[in-house]
Amino acid sequence: MSRRLTRKLLPHPMLSTLLVVVWCLLINDLTLGTVVFGAILGILIPISTAAYWPDRPRITHPWRLISYAMVVIWDILVANVQVAMIVLFKPNAAMSPNWVVIPLDLRTPEAITLLAGTITLTPGTVSTDLSADGRALLVHALDAPDPEAVRDEIKTRYERRLKEIFE
Amino acid sequence: MTDILFLAEILVAVLLVIGAVFTLVGSYGLVKLDQPMKRLHAPTKASTLGVGSLLLASIVHAFAFGEGSLHELLVMAFLFVTAPISGNFIAKVHLHLQRGGKELPPPPSEERWATYSEH
Repeated sequence: MSRRLTRKLLPHPMLSTLLVVVWCLLINDLTLGTVVFGAILGILIPISTAAYWPDRPRITHPWRLISYAMVVIWDILVANVQVAMIVLFKPNAAMSPNWVVIPLDLRTPEAITLLAGTITLTPGTVSTDLSADGRALLVHALDAPDPEAVRDEIKTRYERRLKEIFE
Repeated sequence: MTDILFLAEILVAVLLVIGAVFTLVGSYGLVKLDQPMKRLHAPTKASTLGVGSLLLASIVHAFAFGEGSLHELLVMAFLFVTAPISGNFIAKVHLHLQRGGKELPPPPSEERWATYSEH
């Protein structure tokens, strides 16, 4: 009974925490008043939006999110330079833009969203569409003579880590 | 103390130049690339490393020469969350303009891509 009540009052504890932190950063100071008002927002906003986000994501290893973020930031730096080189020095005709199909092992919508976002943020690949049953991702690569290599890299580098975090 | 300020100035200048270069390359790519889907790759670059580097310069400057502020981290976080969404919407518009998607590889299962799905 009490568990269902907490579930009703705090549908997304992680979102609530995030809202308090974002509010403190927006106000740019850390006083009791700010934290209390942030907490009020952190309770009211998840309750009023709970209808649009009915399931609670299961994050089994939250700390691995940090190492995942580090890997992604590093990849963004490296890939930025690679793509800048392609844009500057490779003629249009010599590029081989390609569609890549990535079969997904991830099942939760939150994990798939995170994977699609990561793919778009790392330059050179843009996630374009999801199959209607949610089991494959369509990705466009700027210069990929070998689509299988891109698929394997995304699967081993990002999807494996996300699977560890969410399942 | 002045040495540290001098170093901070150099750091800010370097970060500004890096950010400006990547933003310029992103805009140049928008002009140079010849297909709509290829063009989509250029702005994603400008919005990640280009803006990220400029914001980092702003953080360093704020902490070295005035009151430190972490607003830039929020800007970066919101940008990183929203940029893939707008990129995905532009890509979806492209798929709709293709009307049917004959050039796309089919998904491994029997289903179609969500953009062309009837329900």
